[in-house]
Amino acid sequence: MSKRVKFAFFLDLKSAYKTLLRNKVRSLLTILGIIIGVGSVIATVSIGQGASVAIQSSINSMGSNLLIILPGSSSLGGIHTGFGVLPTLTLGDVHAIRKLPAVKTDSGNLGMPQQVIWRGNNWSTLVMGASSTYTTIRDWPVAQGTFFNHEQVASAANVAVIGNTAATELFGLINPIGHIILIHNVPFTVIGLLSIKGFNAFGQDQDDIVVIPITTMLEKIAGTTWVHAIAVSAKSNKDTAIAQSEITALLRQRHHIPLHKPDDFFVRNISEIAQAANSSANTFTILLGSIAAVSLLVGGIGIMNIMLVSVTERTKEIGIRMAVGAKKGDILKQFLIESSVLSLFGGILGIGLGFGISSAITAFSPLKTIVTTEPIVISLIFSLCVGIFFGFYPAFKASRMNPVEALRYE
Amino acid sequence: MNGKVIKERVKDYEGYAIPDGNTPLIKLEDIGMTYKIGDVSYEVLRKVNLSVNKGEFLSIMGASGSGKSTLMNIMGCLDRPTAGRYFLEGRDVSNLTSDELAEIRNKKIGFVFQGFNLIQRLSIVENVELPLYYSGMPSKEATEMAMDALKLVDLSDKGNKFPNQISGGEQQRVAIARAIVNNAPIIMADEPTGNLDSIRGAEVMKFFKKINEERGVTIILVSHDKNIANYGKRLITVKDGIITSSAIIEAKSMI
Ligand SMILES: Nc1ncnc2c1ncn2[C@@H]1O[C@H](COP(=O)(O)OP(=O)(O)O)[C@@H](O)[C@H]1O
Ligand SMILES: [Mg+2]
Repeated sequence: MSKRVKFAFFLDLKSAYKTLLRNKVRSLLTILGIIIGVGSVIATVSIGQGASVAIQSSINSMGSNLLIILPGSSSLGGIHTGFGVLPTLTLGDVHAIRKLPAVKTDSGNLGMPQQVIWRGNNWSTLVMGASSTYTTIRDWPVAQGTFFNHEQVASAANVAVIGNTAATELFGLINPIGHIILIHNVPFTVIGLLSIKGFNAFGQDQDDIVVIPITTMLEKIAGTTWVHAIAVSAKSNKDTAIAQSEITALLRQRHHIPLHKPDDFFVRNISEIAQAANSSANTFTILLGSIAAVSLLVGGIGIMNIMLVSVTERTKEIGIRMAVGAKKGDILKQFLIESSVLSLFGGILGIGLGFGISSAITAFSPLKTIVTTEPIVISLIFSLCVGIFFGFYPAFKASRMNPVEALRYE
Repeated sequence: MNGKVIKERVKDYEGYAIPDGNTPLIKLEDIGMTYKIGDVSYEVLRKVNLSVNKGEFLSIMGASGSGKSTLMNIMGCLDRPTAGRYFLEGRDVSNLTSDELAEIRNKKIGFVFQGFNLIQRLSIVENVELPLYYSGMPSKEATEMAMDALKLVDLSDKGNKFPNQISGGEQQRVAIARAIVNNAPIIMADEPTGNLDSIRGAEVMKFFKKINEERGVTIILVSHDKNIANYGKRLITVKDGIITSSAIIEAKSMI
């Protein structure tokens, strides 16, 4: 920047700042749209980022190299949720998969909502039938007592391991270990208490659970041999793909599926699930982001309006400036700087608002929002652009004034 | 008188003839100004011919609405005539672009208006700096020059005040400081005492006289007040858009 440009720029900046302060309330009302727009951009993105990190960590918390086998036709094209079980996967499949070379551990799972009763207290929770490897695969140790072992699964023992929320609801402050609970009128001895896992990315309380052996679940509760899901841990990250194709081949063979027919199950690895979860979080961010963009647009129109008023009010000043030698470009620049300072100021306040909203969300909801630099920088640049874009027409109008007429304006 | 200084100022601007004894500072040839409002045309100036030499103090008199301000605006390059040619320092400026005219106003012409025309938001010294700002002078130098100009109108102690904190007479002196700060060779003053009582008016006129005599600045003064017009050395009268008389004012005719 030349000395001239620098000097001019700073004087314009100073004068823009002064003008803004002279009409504090008016300036504030003008930039309200920008403040709200930028504030919601920052808040939205921080929610999106927080959600995506939460999804990532809850997926990581499911264990490493995890593959999930779900019943159903892959032509359905989605992950089967809900508790209805499509009858394609059996406990036999679970045992066969365990023998595959690339597979380390497995856990056949069947979860069902059930009433659980202890001494007149009852609580509706998720009862999960699982293998003895469940704690390893889910990376979820017990806090007290023990988890059931392979023998207890093989013998379909009536033992249960209880999650923290379910334990609190049923037992209050009493230690649940050793007590007998009723599930579906079947008595179970509580042998362990799971450590606290917290909420998952979808806001579900993961601790609201009772885990029992999958065999007991199938025989005594569900009365079926169909399993809800099979969780498999590959031996290593590299083995994930190998395990996936081994499992597919094995299950097709066991289910007698002819070559031209599609699979009657899906094998999902954890990174696919992570991607799906992330893309839905992204969609949410984009949607809210575009709402924010609309409010920035409205803010921009507000700035244009007030700049038009300002140009009219200051016609005489424009005339004076022209009389002492201001060129069209000088006047244009002066008003553009003013509108940019205005909208940039809105942007800065908006960032403050966004910070406020996202820390309030962190404080009052299970989601931990994350504010990163990118949305801040982008919002600032964007609000500057709004100022320049919407300030241009008023500034242009000012620069085209006839000096004699402008001087005569009272 | 101050020919050497003017020569120096002139040399950086292309298209100007270096003024010599034969080239008038301002030369109007058959200048006409016609305003069109709807279908009706108002011929405010018709075939005005006028030469002003450097160092002159010219007073223009005439009734209200006779076209004095229009004539001054054309000479001050604030407006373009609709007919005729205008030579400033020998250069034809009648068909320049608005930016070229802005440049001339910035370098060559200082204005003093009836209504003072200071920017209320800016301090006194910032108002005086304004022409320097548009000629791109660095801030420090500009402030120094503005303070020098304020000293010349005896206002060096008021630099940090704002226009609404000083009297009308003082505001007009600030306007004079602003007009001379860029060493412009010409000052155009349109009814500069119109909003002042006769004592303040006389005070302001003293400074025009001083600037004219000590710095050789050419002054063109519009007034309908005979006493004020008499501060000049030459007087022309405008009536219905034409110059009707031209006379040399006797020295000390006033007092
Ligand atoms: N922009 C304009 N449009 C139309 N008429 C104008 C305009 N400017 C000045 N006039 C007219 O030109 C005439 C001369 O005006 P002016 O030069 O201001 O007179 P003076 O300064 O001698 O009082 C007046 O009748 C005025 O109404
Ligand atoms: Mg007039």
